[in-house]
Amino acid sequence: MTETAGFWLPVVWALLAATAIFLYICLDGFDLGIGILFLKEKDHDHRNLMVNTVAPVWDGNETWMIFGGAALYGVFPVAYGTILPALYLPVLFMLLALILRGVSFEFRFKSESPMSQFFWDTAFCGGSFVAAFMQGVILGTLVQGIKVENNVFVGSSFDWFSPFALFCGLAVVIGYALLGATWLLWRCEGELHDTMRRISFALAGLMLITIALVSIWTPMLHTTYMQHWLAMPQFALVAPVPVAVIVLTGVLFMGLRNPRSHLLPFVATLGLFFLCFSGLGINVWPYIVPPTITIWQASSPPESQTFLLVGTMFLLPLILSYTAYSYYVFRGKMSAGHHYH
Amino acid sequence: MFGLSALFLARFQFAFTVGFHIVFPAFSIGLAAYLAVLEGLWLKTGRSAYLDLFKYWLKVFSVVFGMGVVSGLVMSYEFGTNWSSFSQKAGPILGPMLAYEVMTAFFLEAGFLGVMMFGLNRVGKGLHFAATCMVSIGTLISMSWILSSNSWMQTPRGYRIDEATGRFLPVDWWQIVFNPSFPYRIVHMGLAAFLCVAFIVAGVAGWHLLKARREGRQASEQVRLMFSMAMWMAAIVSPIQVLAGDTQGLNTLEYQPAKIAALEGDWESESRAPELLFGIPDMKNETTHFKIAIPYLGSLILTHSLDGKVPGLKDYPKEDRPYSPLLFFSFRIMIALGMLMVLVGLWSLYLRWKGKLYDTPLLHRIALFMSPAGFLALLCGWITTEVGRQPFTVYGLLRTSDSVSPIALPNIATSMIAFVIVYFIVFTGGITILLRTFAEEPHPDQHGPAEDQPQRAAGTTQVSHQPQPDAGMAE
Repeated sequence: MTETAGFWLPVVWALLAATAIFLYICLDGFDLGIGILFLKEKDHDHRNLMVNTVAPVWDGNETWMIFGGAALYGVFPVAYGTILPALYLPVLFMLLALILRGVSFEFRFKSESPMSQFFWDTAFCGGSFVAAFMQGVILGTLVQGIKVENNVFVGSSFDWFSPFALFCGLAVVIGYALLGATWLLWRCEGELHDTMRRISFALAGLMLITIALVSIWTPMLHTTYMQHWLAMPQFALVAPVPVAVIVLTGVLFMGLRNPRSHLLPFVATLGLFFLCFSGLGINVWPYIVPPTITIWQASSPPESQTFLLVGTMFLLPLILSYTAYSYYVFRGKMSAGHHYH
Repeated sequence: MFGLSALFLARFQFAFTVGFHIVFPAFSIGLAAYLAVLEGLWLKTGRSAYLDLFKYWLKVFSVVFGMGVVSGLVMSYEFGTNWSSFSQKAGPILGPMLAYEVMTAFFLEAGFLGVMMFGLNRVGKGLHFAATCMVSIGTLISMSWILSSNSWMQTPRGYRIDEATGRFLPVDWWQIVFNPSFPYRIVHMGLAAFLCVAFIVAGVAGWHLLKARREGRQASEQVRLMFSMAMWMAAIVSPIQVLAGDTQGLNTLEYQPAKIAALEGDWESESRAPELLFGIPDMKNETTHFKIAIPYLGSLILTHSLDGKVPGLKDYPKEDRPYSPLLFFSFRIMIALGMLMVLVGLWSLYLRWKGKLYDTPLLHRIALFMSPAGFLALLCGWITTEVGRQPFTVYGLLRTSDSVSPIALPNIATSMIAFVIVYFIVFTGGITILLRTFAEEPHPDQHGPAEDQPQRAAGTTQVSHQPQPDAGMAE
């Protein structure tokens, strides 16, 4: 009995944790993307509009990140205790960037002088950019592998400073910018809508290139990843992924071309994110700290995992439903005269 | 030597970040409850001053809550970056509690915050009030979980230690969550959060009362209303807090006597112990210099009897003693501030009875001066309880020196500098904005975030590509 629980609980939790991380990527992805797009969109009123599309929901989006930290701590403490020291600096930079960007939501609306306005706009944009970049670096470093002995990190502080991890950072920045642009394309009208549609074309092209490069690069990092592409059960799982990526990219471009299509580009981009995320997941499986610690080795005891799972089964649907309610309350197109602050 | 300084920096950094953080949740807990009360009273009585105050403090809440979220985000990862060994060992117990905190509280707060902030015109009064209550309940649930975890570190129960890995494994979740110091701690902290906000509100009201007086006019209804509410809180809650603190002291004496010895600066265990009003504890020479003592009072306060036995630091091995010089003062500052709050509350009752609550500038000046008193007392109390737990992270079981991460000194030094810079920028910005908000007087038809947006037909997916004539209107 405990043997099966000891096997299945970590599997269930790995899936739940992956779901939470994916939700985070989707939700905070587009609002980080909005910050990154400040690079391109300088108009003050447009910027306010962009921020206002997420003002009522960004706190909730960011909460998924806190949940990720807490769940990892509770369910896979060994992973929490090895990944964080290994990624000390990228995690630190990400957190500081998220702080700066988070407070800018409030501060940029409340600052009076043009100087402080400029400062908090820069903090919002820079914070979003750095946070996104560091998330990519963290992902890349994890995929590339962390040196662990006896459950203690033994690598160097700069293992994350590798071409692969840095490239992943760039890829995530591009991806989030595309999510942000397609979100704005959906939620805004007029000039801003047109601008976002134009930007989305370029970003979609860039994203396709980065996906291709990361896909080729990843199997070359470890023999285990390569084996996933050659061994049979895994091959059946991963083989459809590239095909689906191509199909969805087609849908994305179709949506972008058709001026009457507003929601489709955003949905197609989310689909692309899902494919990339599950593709990486299949590659890494069953390791949580590649290439040494599996989800079973990283797990807290079944007593802890069960205790948390019981509540999660009730709470997660509840959370999802009132989060959806909040999005529903603030649905619809935003117009320029429409502001919250 | 090298390892020691990395440990010191890890501790210092954690204390620095959590010290900044703790202020904002406490502010949010108290303020969310205040907002719910204000909105409830508005719905019940229809008196518009309540709504004006609601909108006024809602602006404050948006800033405070945002700063709480971002500084809290740091905490949820800092356990791993700075205390990875602690996380691996205590993770099976503390991790699920923190995850429950996120699921039962953080999502609730964040999920309804948007509706509370911006939704008054979109969802109707009843639903909006429900959202405000949800946010307030969320802050209280959050406080319960985090204090339960903290209390478990102080008075661990319901665990067993795994021989092979040294991990704490849960045996009885009921005992873990409701460990012996939790009930006392949650009452003490909850009241502290309410008092923090009561004194901030009183200070803001006091400033506007003084300003109105200087300008030779009567202060507005809103200002008087919030001053009155704050003074009721001070009068009722401060004395209760003294009792709550006293019972927590008794609880600490039972479970963590070394902490009591350290915060009292007592070296020898004795009955009929005096209470030190002042002194400078000296860890090295095992004595307290320059003592000013009141006979018997120590025993009386700690044991509620004149000849009760009070512990001394020499009862404990040197390496197990908390650092008394810091505790001695943090504890005394907290007590002094608490007593001042009680006095202000009592005085306000007397003035209210005499009908002079709004005409006594000295009280208003004191209220202004004491507006950060709640937060100072809270920080001192937090230092007392956390430093008093040392040199352990899990009291008596896991040493702080065995909890730290294997991070190199340069890394943590870099991050320390980065934190100081970013926190300096962010908190200066935040406090400036808060002060600027406070400087405005709450007035009728308060222009709050809830109403300065036009009503619109929701749910439309139609697109108009017409240029917006009022594009310049956004703030």
